[in-house]
Amino acid sequence: MNIVVLVKQVPDSGTQRSLDPSDNTVARAAADNVINEIDEYAIEEALQVKEAQGGEVTILTVGPASATDAIRKALSMGADRAVHVQDDAIHGSCAIQTSGVLAAALQQLEYDLVLMGATSTDGQVAVMPALLAERLGIPQLSGAQKLTVEGSTVKVERQTDGGFWALEAPLPAIVSTWDTINEPRYPSFKGIMAAKKKPVETKSLADLGVDPSSVGLATATSAVVDVTGRPPKGEGVKVTDEGDGAEKLVGFLAEQKLV
Amino acid sequence: MSSLILSRRDLEFLLHEWLEVETLTKRPRFAEHSRETFDAVMELAEQIATEHFAPHNRKADENEPRFVDGRVQMIPEVAQALAVFVESGIMAGTFDEEYGGMQLPQTVGQAAFAWFKAANVGTSSYPFLTMGNARLLLAHGSQEQKDTYVRPMLEGRWFGTMALSEPQAGSSLADITTRAEPQEDGTYRLVGNKMWISAGDHELTENIVHLVLAKIPGGPPGVKGISLFVVPKFLVTADGSIGERNDVVLAGLNHKMGYRGTTNTLLNFGEGVHTPGGRAGAVGYLVGEPHRGLSYMFHMMNEARIGVGMGATVLGYTGYLHALDYARTRTQGRPATGRDPSSPMVRLVDHPDVRRMLLAAKSYAQGGLALGLYCARLVDEERTAESQEERDRAHLLLDTLTPIAKAWPSQWGPVADDLAIQVHGGYGYTRDYPVEQFYRDNRLNPIHEGTNGIQALDLLGRKVTVHGGAGLALLAETIRATTARAAGTPFADLAADVDAALTRLVSVTGTLWGTGDPALALANASAYLDAAGHTVVGWLWLEQALATREETSDFHEGKRAAARYFQRWELPKVHTWLDLLESLDRTVLDTPDAHL
Ligand SMILES: Cc1cc2nc3c(=O)[nH]c(=O)nc-3n(C[C@H](O)[C@H](O)[C@H](O)COP(=O)(O)OP(=O)(O)OC[C@H]3O[C@@H](n4cnc5c(N)ncnc54)[C@H](O)[C@@H]3O)c2cc1C
Ligand SMILES: Cc1cc2nc3c(=O)[nH]c(=O)nc-3n(C[C@H](O)[C@H](O)[C@H](O)COP(=O)(O)OP(=O)(O)OC[C@H]3O[C@@H](n4cnc5c(N)ncnc54)[C@H](O)[C@@H]3O)c2cc1C
Repeated sequence: MNIVVLVKQVPDSGTQRSLDPSDNTVARAAADNVINEIDEYAIEEALQVKEAQGGEVTILTVGPASATDAIRKALSMGADRAVHVQDDAIHGSCAIQTSGVLAAALQQLEYDLVLMGATSTDGQVAVMPALLAERLGIPQLSGAQKLTVEGSTVKVERQTDGGFWALEAPLPAIVSTWDTINEPRYPSFKGIMAAKKKPVETKSLADLGVDPSSVGLATATSAVVDVTGRPPKGEGVKVTDEGDGAEKLVGFLAEQKLV
Repeated sequence: MSSLILSRRDLEFLLHEWLEVETLTKRPRFAEHSRETFDAVMELAEQIATEHFAPHNRKADENEPRFVDGRVQMIPEVAQALAVFVESGIMAGTFDEEYGGMQLPQTVGQAAFAWFKAANVGTSSYPFLTMGNARLLLAHGSQEQKDTYVRPMLEGRWFGTMALSEPQAGSSLADITTRAEPQEDGTYRLVGNKMWISAGDHELTENIVHLVLAKIPGGPPGVKGISLFVVPKFLVTADGSIGERNDVVLAGLNHKMGYRGTTNTLLNFGEGVHTPGGRAGAVGYLVGEPHRGLSYMFHMMNEARIGVGMGATVLGYTGYLHALDYARTRTQGRPATGRDPSSPMVRLVDHPDVRRMLLAAKSYAQGGLALGLYCARLVDEERTAESQEERDRAHLLLDTLTPIAKAWPSQWGPVADDLAIQVHGGYGYTRDYPVEQFYRDNRLNPIHEGTNGIQALDLLGRKVTVHGGAGLALLAETIRATTARAAGTPFADLAADVDAALTRLVSVTGTLWGTGDPALALANASAYLDAAGHTVVGWLWLEQALATREETSDFHEGKRAAARYFQRWELPKVHTWLDLLESLDRTVLDTPDAHL
């Protein structure tokens, strides 16, 4: 069972994040960059499948040089190897362009299952599984909260506002995971030491056979035209209990369409 | 939001910009390491401390372990956090690969462990004691003892204790009365009571390995007759599994001011509650040679003392971070100059007096952290420096600094927490804010691992006098190398003040011992410890200021500001203490009991 996990490095969503004023792309250089949190769940799921069924877990990242930190972390959690696609021409690419790069990289790998987090905290477009499925011509099962592999079939469970879904697809397939699927492990000291010796292959667009003019800000299919800061938080409402506190609270919640 | 537990940025500064720990990776012991492994370890420690240790710090404080039907009950979060800790492999981190360790430098190991102490000192005591226990057995135990006890401890399956104190003998270990009767099979049977034993009983692990000081009958009197024994709660069978229950039982738990998450116990040895091998008496195994127990224990205590100092520092550090955060958000009053009541109130940090408190707390917390990590670096030097001469120097310097590394942060860390309460005003005095707990927890540190009074006697009575004063001379030489480097920098005046304090410290040491009257010389030892401690930390502030180089970030400017604070507000105190010492003041020596 060979599993490729797509991992993205993003600015820590717990810190103040910003866009680069020169081109309105995510300011990554000065940010506190971490593994996109939900990707850790995908890594954990891959490790669990591997532990049950054997095989290899490969991490695939498209990102600048600093993304090696995210790769190291994934390797120290227990992944076996990594491919890092790194090329200045990729800067500012939209999701569609990036999916082309990822698909090209995946085509050079052997995989039965591709796992990824459902969305990233920087772009929040959540379309990557669908884009990749289209490009690779394989099925995608998105938003998995439970995953099992039986023979050459992958089954997932997905909970949505509309109901509970039980989905299955033949392998190879793409599955995106939700953060209720498991509890990601921490790296261990042993894992940290072992990570140093694991192979990390760096590939350029040329290595993947991708035309540099098909990626990057200049030819991106979407662009950030203008940016407005988040408005400051409002004052809030103070409910004074004069024997009718509960009613007032319920009234407030109803007004906000929360109950 | 950045962490209120500790400052990752400061730890990075101290480890890399100042102590340059990456250079250690050139040495064979650390060759497998690199900046990446250090960073990964620090990140992991921060994450586990934040997610598993900090969240139950308050709950553990409010729900002390209880003694029910002879057993200890505690909140489940402690075991859960420790399971994650053990799983990560941090326990064995600094130990040899042969014992499942990662051969991490002590400097990085101490820095990583600091996250756990700052997040939850009570829960972190269990691994802290276990690591100290394992280190002692590795240094002085037999191969069989290492295989039987050290491996399970470093795997986190068993935890360890240090059982020195007795109800009637705390500072004065010469007067312990626990007996160890030799048996024909080479083992011993121990009989006696041990008081204050942290982690002395619990059900966190399947076995507990006590390291116990006891006297073999017929041995020399006093400290020269003390031997060291391994006394497991459960005897261990030949294949390493748990065997018979040993005759060591929990007599009761102490109810403490702080550190409440750590069980603190009175243990009875050999009272016949259990009868291993069919009879009463706690089975013990001698470590090393008879009558050398205290020297073995002190070997380990040097590291434990740095660890206690680190704990005191980081509890002060977390108090400081909480106070800073509070002071930046609470508004109160108006500037002393513009009292227009219609103007908006300013934040607490805008009041100079609040900034004074924050700078003081910062200078104690960060000064103490620098001291602890510097000493940890000396442990690495002592073990791995290239030449024997360098190792010997590191050993002597560390030995001289140890009482300061224990006592200075234990003295000033709680002051940082006291100031943190003060910055919070009335709210700091309530249990709705965590700063009062930090203070209560920290208040232990001047008491255990040798009270600060005992450390003062050790410094003045032994460390600065042995080998013809070589320790003090080496310390002075080391400090002067830094002050010389400061010439022509913006910190030349700080260097001059450090030099002046040092010169006087050395001369007053001579004055004290020149009296030929040890009672008089030692009577004011606490003031000596204060003066020496502030001089050393003044030097380490100079070191940090120099390590900021040309950097101009707020962080680096903040280091310089704290160095300035220490120079202007703290260093002058050295002269007050030295004035008193130099005058050979007899006030405390001569005041009779009846006049107290
Ligand atoms: C929470 C807690 C945890 C502890 N954990 C452990 C543990 O795990 N293992 C263990 O073995 N012990 C432990 N201890 C014991 C601790 O080390 C002792 O409390 C300490 O050594 C002081 O001993 P004592 O309490 O008997 O005080 P005393 O020795 O009675 O001291 C009382 C005061 O007198 C002063 N004094 C005593 N003798 C002298 C002297 N010769 N000259 C000048 N001043 C002197 C002291 O400085 C102190 O201020 C712990 C204690 C506490 C409170
Ligand atoms: C147990 C307890 C009992 C109390 N009992 C009473 C009572 O019976 N009646 C009553 O009326 N009150 C009572 N108080 C309130 C007490 O007087 C206030 O807590 C105290 O005045 C401080 O105010 P604060 O807590 O709002 O702190 P703050 O005013 O917010 O002060 C926080 C910190 O900022 C500093 N600071 C604030 N303003 C300035 C300034 N202008 N310049 C420099 N520094 C400044 C303070 O010195 C302090 O260190 C009690 C408080 C406690 C904790």
